[in-house]
Amino acid sequence: MRLICLIEKEFKQMMRNIILPVVFVLLPVALMNLVPRVATQEVKNLRISVVDNDRSPASRRIVERLAASTYFTLNDYSSSYREAEQYLKSGESDFIVEIAPHYERDMVRGEGGDILISANAVNGVKAGLGQVYLQQIINSSLNTERSTPNSPHSTLLTQHSTPNTRFLFNPHLDYKLYMVPAIISLLLILTVGFLPALNIVGEKEKGTIEQINVTPIGRFEFIFSKMIPYWCVGIIMLFLAMGAAKGIHGIAPAGGIPAILAVTSLFILVVSCLGFIVSNYSDTIQQAALVMFFFLVIFLLLSGLLTPVTSMPQWAQTITEFNPMRYYIEPMRMVYIKGSDLSELMPYLRRLTLMAAVLWAWAIISYRKSQ
Amino acid sequence: MKRFIEFVHKEFLQIFRDTRTMLILLVMPLVLVLLFGYAITTEVKDTRVAVFDLSKSQKSQRIIQRLDANKYFHIAVTANNYDELQSLFRSNKIDMALCIDDDDNVQLLIDGMEPNQANMRSGYAMGVITQHSTLNTRFLYNPQSKSEYNFVPAIIGMIVMLLCTLMTSISIVREKETGTMEVLLASPLPPVYIIIAKLVPYFVISIANLVTILLLAVFVLGVPMAGSLPGFIALSLLYILVALALGLLISTCVNSQLAAMLLSLLTIVPTVYFSGMVFPIESMPEALQNIPGFIPARWYMDAARRLMIQGVEMHYVAKNFAVLALMLVVLLAVSLSLYKKRL
Repeated sequence: MRLICLIEKEFKQMMRNIILPVVFVLLPVALMNLVPRVATQEVKNLRISVVDNDRSPASRRIVERLAASTYFTLNDYSSSYREAEQYLKSGESDFIVEIAPHYERDMVRGEGGDILISANAVNGVKAGLGQVYLQQIINSSLNTERSTPNSPHSTLLTQHSTPNTRFLFNPHLDYKLYMVPAIISLLLILTVGFLPALNIVGEKEKGTIEQINVTPIGRFEFIFSKMIPYWCVGIIMLFLAMGAAKGIHGIAPAGGIPAILAVTSLFILVVSCLGFIVSNYSDTIQQAALVMFFFLVIFLLLSGLLTPVTSMPQWAQTITEFNPMRYYIEPMRMVYIKGSDLSELMPYLRRLTLMAAVLWAWAIISYRKSQ
Repeated sequence: MKRFIEFVHKEFLQIFRDTRTMLILLVMPLVLVLLFGYAITTEVKDTRVAVFDLSKSQKSQRIIQRLDANKYFHIAVTANNYDELQSLFRSNKIDMALCIDDDDNVQLLIDGMEPNQANMRSGYAMGVITQHSTLNTRFLYNPQSKSEYNFVPAIIGMIVMLLCTLMTSISIVREKETGTMEVLLASPLPPVYIIIAKLVPYFVISIANLVTILLLAVFVLGVPMAGSLPGFIALSLLYILVALALGLLISTCVNSQLAAMLLSLLTIVPTVYFSGMVFPIESMPEALQNIPGFIPARWYMDAARRLMIQGVEMHYVAKNFAVLALMLVVLLAVSLSLYKKRL
């Protein structure tokens, strides 16, 4: 009974705040609307400078093909490498495609004409992917040149048997699909992770915590009653965000809702307990916010949200083992994109349960009534 | 002048006495540089491959061996049927499957969850399997495509934003909130100097952070300083001033610490998303591509990358200098005009 009254108090406190209820409704929709559009590491519209030293029909066909693809836009035709380099330096172009003199002649002779690519590799992803795309376009262009019957090169051809490639689960390689589950995790940690961190310390600053301290309410009840509202809000925001993803981007989970609910419930417990722990140890709101911010940055960077965990060195991968965000984003992506079911998510559920148990206990122990 | 120095001294004391905050301000840049330097990379590593070989011929064996010998791939399991492959994919145990049918036709199944990784894996695997003569590609400026080359200039941009904008605005507003601003204004020093005295410590801390990050980047991470160092420092100082002016503007607009924090976060979040730090600007929708032009960090990071990594001559980044200087003038003019009204 006492517990129910306490929970009711927390709900009222939360809802009487002017900003919070608005944030709870608007934030999921706004984040889900904007972030997938902006946060794309997709590489397209790469700008190329062409130095065509051959000026033959074959070289022009290659350039046309490059310019027509969605990955590349033609920045300029330069007469020399030196001139093209200016554009690379001023940041106006990303690649120099240099076609060697006698390109067509060499190709007819079967020597394979030379194309030299110089990439601005400051951003390694851009350069690497650009190279893959260039390779694909140039290869396919070579193949059509060779297989066109009236083309002079067709006789020389020994067609390579290229393997056929299929991308599973995300056949169009849509970056939004990859980001949507991750944005849900970002949304949850920003709200039900951050707000608990400001909650208890806020009561300390206002002095209202003294009133709780003189009642017979136990530590467990105190933390539990503070947690329930955040848990409910978190679940509501999950559904709002999922609805927004479906409505705005047409992205719905491939797997079932139960799997999503299971991981999300556990994740909310983990991050809100973390927030309470930070709050228990802080003296001012500013301090709590800064500490949470510090955690948030590390969690984000080591979660696989932006860069794949498998690319990290071993020691960093070991750190990610303790990162709740990693153990939320991965299963969420699995459910959303691959349609994995609960049994395939067991390792993640087990890990999240362990984290929730430890942090919950810690949150309860670190709350002290006596000063 | 002596009075001014006293004021600056007071501000330093105030900052140094909050040890926890101080610690985070000084440790955060180091952690970020090390994380970005060592942990955050997008290169393809260690693709786990499942083999589903129906032909078991010499040719298929050769293909499998070639793939396994490549540094980007290793054969993790051998599957016996298609369903097994599916469940391996769905429980995240493999990233790619190499299927070879009775006639030695090769099919690659690649987990498309992360599009960039999938694309690069496909490109590499094709290269390994077909042994096509690959294009002759030179990677300029960053031959090993290390991600730290790309990230170090960006981290400086982000930390300066965080430190100067967030902390300055909060520290000025705190004086207003606690009422101590009245006391300061009652002193014989003109109000403008009081504000400048508040900005000085953050300017100094930013420079200290800049120096530590540069030293770490050059000597520990091995990121080059290809361009002119004085040019780079001039650019960074200009950027620090812009960030301070932004913090000043925020502090004149609001009256509570919480509002200052929210407003500062509203300026920092776009810095992460729109500055081209992680997400390439040219991949954004057309309508959103105009936004980055208004973000100081975008101009800074762009110029910093080109000066530091590409080592271009100064005239190539003149535009960035001009834009940042313009931003500084506008921000200062607006915040000073707003500030006068309050006094």
